[in-house]
Formats: sequence, structure tokens, C-alpha cells
Amino acid sequence: MALEIRDIHKRFGPVRASDGVTFTVDEGSLHGILGENGAGKSTLMKILSGFYEADSGAVVLDGEVLRLRSPADAIDAGIGMLHQDPLVFLPFTVLDNFALGSPGSVRLDRSAAEAELKRVSGELGFEFDPERLVRDLTVGERQQLSITRLLWLGARVLIFDEPTTGISASQRIQLFDTLRTLAAGGMIVLFVSHKLEEVEALCDSVTVIRRGKVVYEAEMPVTSETLVEKMFGNVFVEEERTAVPLGDVMLRIEGATLSEGTTRIEGLDLEVARSEVVGLAGLEGSGQRTLLRACAGLVQPESGSFTVDGVDLTHASYREHLAAGVHYLPAGRLEEGLVQGISIAEHLVLASDEKAFFVDWKAADTRAGAEIDEYSIKGRPSSVAEELSGGNQQRLLLAMIPDEVRLLLLEHPTRGLDVESTAFVWARLLERREHGTATVFASADLDELLNYSDRIIVFFAGSVFAIRNAAEIDGEELGYLIGGKVRT
Amino acid sequence: MTRTQAAIPTLVALALALTVGVALLLVVGAPPIETFRLLVEGSFGSASKISATLLAWSPLLLASAGLVITFAAGLWNIGVEGQVIMGGIAATWVARTVPGPGWVLLPLMVLAGAVGGLLWAVLAGVLKTHGNVHEIFGGLGLDFVAAGLATYLVIGPWKRAGVASTSGTDIFRPEAWMPELQAFGVGWPVIPVILGLLSVLIVWMLLRGTLFGLRLKAVGSNPYSSFLLGIPTNRYMLGAFAIGGALAGIAGTVQVAAFHHKLVPAISGGYGFLGILVVLLAGFSAVWIAPIALFFVGISVGSTQLDLQLGLDSAFGGVLQGIIVLFVMFGGAWSVRRASNRLTPQEEP
Repeated sequence: MALEIRDIHKRFGPVRASDGVTFTVDEGSLHGILGENGAGKSTLMKILSGFYEADSGAVVLDGEVLRLRSPADAIDAGIGMLHQDPLVFLPFTVLDNFALGSPGSVRLDRSAAEAELKRVSGELGFEFDPERLVRDLTVGERQQLSITRLLWLGARVLIFDEPTTGISASQRIQLFDTLRTLAAGGMIVLFVSHKLEEVEALCDSVTVIRRGKVVYEAEMPVTSETLVEKMFGNVFVEEERTAVPLGDVMLRIEGATLSEGTTRIEGLDLEVARSEVVGLAGLEGSGQRTLLRACAGLVQPESGSFTVDGVDLTHASYREHLAAGVHYLPAGRLEEGLVQGISIAEHLVLASDEKAFFVDWKAADTRAGAEIDEYSIKGRPSSVAEELSGGNQQRLLLAMIPDEVRLLLLEHPTRGLDVESTAFVWARLLERREHGTATVFASADLDELLNYSDRIIVFFAGSVFAIRNAAEIDGEELGYLIGGKVRT
Repeated sequence: MTRTQAAIPTLVALALALTVGVALLLVVGAPPIETFRLLVEGSFGSASKISATLLAWSPLLLASAGLVITFAAGLWNIGVEGQVIMGGIAATWVARTVPGPGWVLLPLMVLAGAVGGLLWAVLAGVLKTHGNVHEIFGGLGLDFVAAGLATYLVIGPWKRAGVASTSGTDIFRPEAWMPELQAFGVGWPVIPVILGLLSVLIVWMLLRGTLFGLRLKAVGSNPYSSFLLGIPTNRYMLGAFAIGGALAGIAGTVQVAAFHHKLVPAISGGYGFLGILVVLLAGFSAVWIAPIALFFVGISVGSTQLDLQLGLDSAFGGVLQGIIVLFVMFGGAWSVRRASNRLTPQEEP
């Protein structure tokens, strides 16, 4: 038995998430899929597990071309996927979760299901109390339950998408043992990760994906150096960076403990100076977003303090942060930043401190025209947000930032933008340094981090792993740090 | 897509709805053409029938205008029916307790109706914003409470002297009747029609020309983006409930002061729920609700004739209204799908 992925293509609008992916995984192998954020790993796995349909290409298992139009098709064909957050029904019991989506009749045979749960979990060395509520299980136990269920449903290929996020060290060891047992038993195990250490410790073979393409395939072991280079490509640093002298402290964080979902940051101390640009690096979900959101007042710190320009904002609401000159630009341009069905002119009115009850639409259109020229937005004052391309949406969001901002918080400010738009966006952002604005931004793009930051803070698994002066490190070292390794 | 092209799915949907309506009539053995003739004649066939249709049009306009506001804020104000009832109850209370001439009493009744509907709507709103109760469930629950309260008042505290009957309270004294304009031998409900049209105009202006309307639309389309833009989203949702409820409450006032001249258990006349259909059909815009509401009350008022003339249950009017809405919404969904299949997002070079 072998799993063959043949020339898979998948586009989302202009983005080629899978651009001709081809590789083969043999029976009994524990195969790592590596790639940076947005490389196209998740899309490919979702195609394999039937969540997305590929535009073209084929998935072949055991010589048979599979028709994967839904997760149910994938399970029927023997491909099961464990998601980052195991998809379970929290208020249900272990047994009900196990029996959900079971094949066969309408009637649910509880006692038969219970016997099966016992048999399959016993083979894997798991123990469950069938009547326990899944709500009360740890993330690791939920994974075990999902694995048990998928095996019972006849999975021959198991996909694990970042399975070590949010589980303890001991659960990780147990999970890895389970994965090895499964592979030794002749299954195909795909292990999707961007944590180099885990892939090195666990996998027999590896495929590296970058920008929707397979860029590297190898049997393990391979040096970390090679993997970093393949994942991130060659990183070039622009030489010129206009230096703006840094001022006194703008943002001061002392002993902050932050918690959001499965992300937890403990005892964070950080100072950002006036005119400074700080880049937050790290894998998605390592804590960067949580830190940005806490600085904006969207996540209340459990302890510690936040001060902006001498004003204590520790327990201030989001709107109080806005009033204090803190501006947050989220990653989801159309989900969190702009409003669908609302035009450019209307957005600019919403973002302004306009107070008049009746809107002067003529003035609003004139102003929108001026901003469209200034920010080179391709659109008319009446163009609605969803008609704009990603780059133009970002330009509109830039135009909506108030003039006087003390602290600018940006999440992936140039994700998905072309080179020209990226340069434009950063030119605009860096201008603000001259007025003393401090900027903190999260990015998955090493070039961006190295080019525009004064300092780079690397997050790994929810804690600050390293802080470096951007001028003193190169892309390779940054790649190592993001993967949780210090170059030796 | 041009305006004409955009109208095609709606026209196709209307034609399909008509076809299904005709098929339904054939199945039950009623002559289709005669049925439609009676519908038109029953609603617009004479001065008194036109006047009756206009009187029914007014509360429907008020309720629909209020719903345009709540829909703009992204809210499913299913509680609109209860808000109409509470408006009617509040106006009845004023009519029964406040002395004085009509020019004092009637404005007070309109105000009381607005306040009654407003409070009932804000209650559903607070349940949503502060209690995490979805407005559909909160509103539906409050509908039942309001209907129960109306029945209780009619057969309990406000019962007619000596008899407790669900046929209603005592008739109001004449000062509490909305005056009619006499012309062509019948009375015309001028005040209700003015209130109805005014409500549509106000809502249209609010949504089109004001910062409040713009923010409301933003909250309705994407509450999270709006929150990040610094809009106090809860306050705007409650504001939408307040306006929608006040207009629905005035519809209740019209029902008691211009139509029944007393409180009856079924005081809302179903105009709240019918308003939801009107607004869905109007594509959530204030511009189209006046003609669509007129069309709908035409069907409602006209269908009362069907029973007498053809032995066809008057519920046929409601069935026809429902079919039209379903087909038009289906047509709308279909045209959106078609548009999104054709459109591919363009990234600049």
C-alpha cells in the first residue's frame, strides 16, 4: 500500500495554495510534512481528508484513484485526519463521541459501540471511561479518542495536523509512541508540523512544501540546516534602512501573564521605545497574536501591567486603548478590519472622528478621493470593501489609521501582498516613526522581519524564546530560532 | 450586472410563485382566474375596500419600517409581533385612563404605543447583548408573553362590564378614535397612512444620510470589525431594537385607535410577522417596502372574500404570500450563486 499524491492544484482566488504537489508515501512510514505558515500544508491535508476539493490532480491509495468530495468520502477510503483542535462534541460523553458518524444503521447500538471502543482503545493502550464527558478530558486524551475512532472507522492513513499544540510534554511522548506503533503496524502516518525538533525526532522521511510546491523530499536524518533552508528559502536582507533615533519608553509591559485559548504567555517583560519597530516572529499560535491583542486591550492580562506613554492601560477596555492612541490592525482584512457591503468613502467616515448626525456625503466622497490618490488605492469612493484586492484592502486600512497614534499594533501587515504593495505599506508605516509612533508587528515573513524591525522577538510555544537586534542576525539564524533551536 | 439583469431572478421567481399558486387552486378545484379577480376586487374594487386596504397597509408599513432598522443592524427581530401587541396595550391603557379631548389623547396614545413597543424590544435586546440569549428565541418568548398579557387584560382587568369575553374590551370613547377623512362616501384612514409613510421616510433617511445609520449598517454586516473600529456595538444594537420596537408599537396604536377601537386578544393582526416577509421580499431596503406591503395587504384583505364567494378558506392569501417570499428568496440565492461563480477576484498585477 502506498499513498500517492499526483499533481494537486488548488487555488483560492489569486492564491495558489497547492501548485502541482506530487509525492508518494509508503506503507508503514511516519512521514513529516514541513513548511512555514502559509506554505500550503494545511490546504493539502484538507484536500486529502476531503474538506476541500482539489481543482485538479489525484489522490491514489493502494493503486486506486480516490474520489474525495467530503470528509465522509475520505474516511470511507481510509484517510482520517486529526485537526489541531480535535473536533469533538464537548457536552457529549466519550462513548457518544466515539459512536458519532459510525457506519451502518440509523439505530445506535450503544453496547456494541462500547465493546468496540474498549477493544480498539485497548489495542492502542488507551483507557477511557465511556460515560465521561469529553469536556473533562485533556487535549491529549481527546486526541487519543479521535485516533481510536478513526482507526475503528477503518483509517489506513492518519493525518496529524500540528498535534503537539496545547498538549503537555508527557502527553507528547505518549503521542509519539502511539504514532510509532501505528506506523510499525503498517499504517501511513502523515505528521504536519513546523517544529523541526519534532520532525527530526519522529519521522522516517520528510517532504518540505513552500509556496504550494514540493521543494524537497528526503529520508531522515537530514541536517536542520538543510531543512531550514528548504522551508524558508534564501533570505535576502536589504541593506538600506533609514535609521530614526529611538526615544524614551512608549510601551512598557511588566510581568504580564496572558492567556487566550490554548496559548499562554507567562511573566513577560518588554519595553518598546518611541519610534522603535519591533517584529514578533514565531509559528502561528506561539503567542504573538495574543501579545498584540493584549496590547490593544482585547485580551485582559491575568497579571502584570501595561503602560503606554506613561498611562496605565492594564485594565482599560479596547475603546479606552483607542482613545489613548493605541491602534490595532488585525490580520483578517475583510473579517476583522473592514466591513463588507460598506464603501471606501463610508469606511473613511466610520474611521474618522466625525460627530455630525447627518453625513455630508459630498465632503466624504471628496475626502475619499484624496485618500485614494494618496494611498494609490485601486477603487472608487463607492467601491465596497469586498470588491478590492487584498493589497488595496490593506491600503484602505492604512488610510483609516488615525493621524496621531502612539502605539501601532500590526498583525501580518503585508501577508499575501505583492512586492510593490509591501514596499508601499512599509514606507507609509515607517514614516510614522518620525512622529514617535512605536510599532509592534507580527509576521511569518523572515524578510519582512529582518528588513523592517529594530528588534525581533521570537516566540516559541507561548514564551519568548529569544530577543535579537535585527541588524545582528540573518535569515538562517532566525529560521532556527522560529523552529525552537539555537544555532550551535 | 445591470439593474435589469438583477431584476430577472425576481421576475422569474414571481412567475414561478404564480404558477404554483394556480396549480394549488386547480388541485383544490377552485377557478384560478375567478380567484384572482376576487382577490383584486376584494381589496381594490370599491372606495370602501380601498379604504380598508389602506387601513391595513399602515400598521404593516410601520412594522416593516422598524424591521428594516433591526435587519440593518443584523438582528432578526422576531419579537416584532409582541412589540405591536405591547404598543396596542399601552395605547389602550392611555385611552382608558387619560381624560381630555382627542388632540391631547391621540398623541399620548401614539407616544404610549411607541414606548410600549420600545421597552418590549429593548428587553429582547438586553437579553441578547447582556444575557447571550439569541434575539430569535428571546423575541419569540416575548411574543407569547405579550399575546398572553393581551388575552389576560381582555378577559380580566379590562373586561367589559359584566361579561368576560375574548371579543375585546369596551369600545373606546370617541375621542380615542383616530379621526377619518370623509370623501367618496367613506371614511379614509389619513392619520394611519401618514404615520406609516412617515415611518418609511424616516427609516430611509436614517439609513441613507446619517452617521447613526452608517454605523448601524456596519454593526449589522460585521460586528467584530465594527467593534475594532471603535463603534460601541451593543449600544447600536439596542438603538436598533428601540427604534424598531417604537415603530412596531405605533403599529399597535393604529390597530386599537383606528381599526378595532378597543383591545382584542389578536390585536397585532399578524402584521409583525407579515412585516418580516415584506422586508425579506424588499431585500431589506426601505425603498421597496411601501409597494410590497400594499401588495401583501391587498392579498390579505382581498382573500376574505374568497370564503364567501368560492368556499375557499381565506388562509389562501397567506399561502400565496408565503409562496411568493420563498420563491423570491430562492431566486435571490440563485442569482448570488451565479454571480459568485462568474466573478473571480482580481489581484492587481
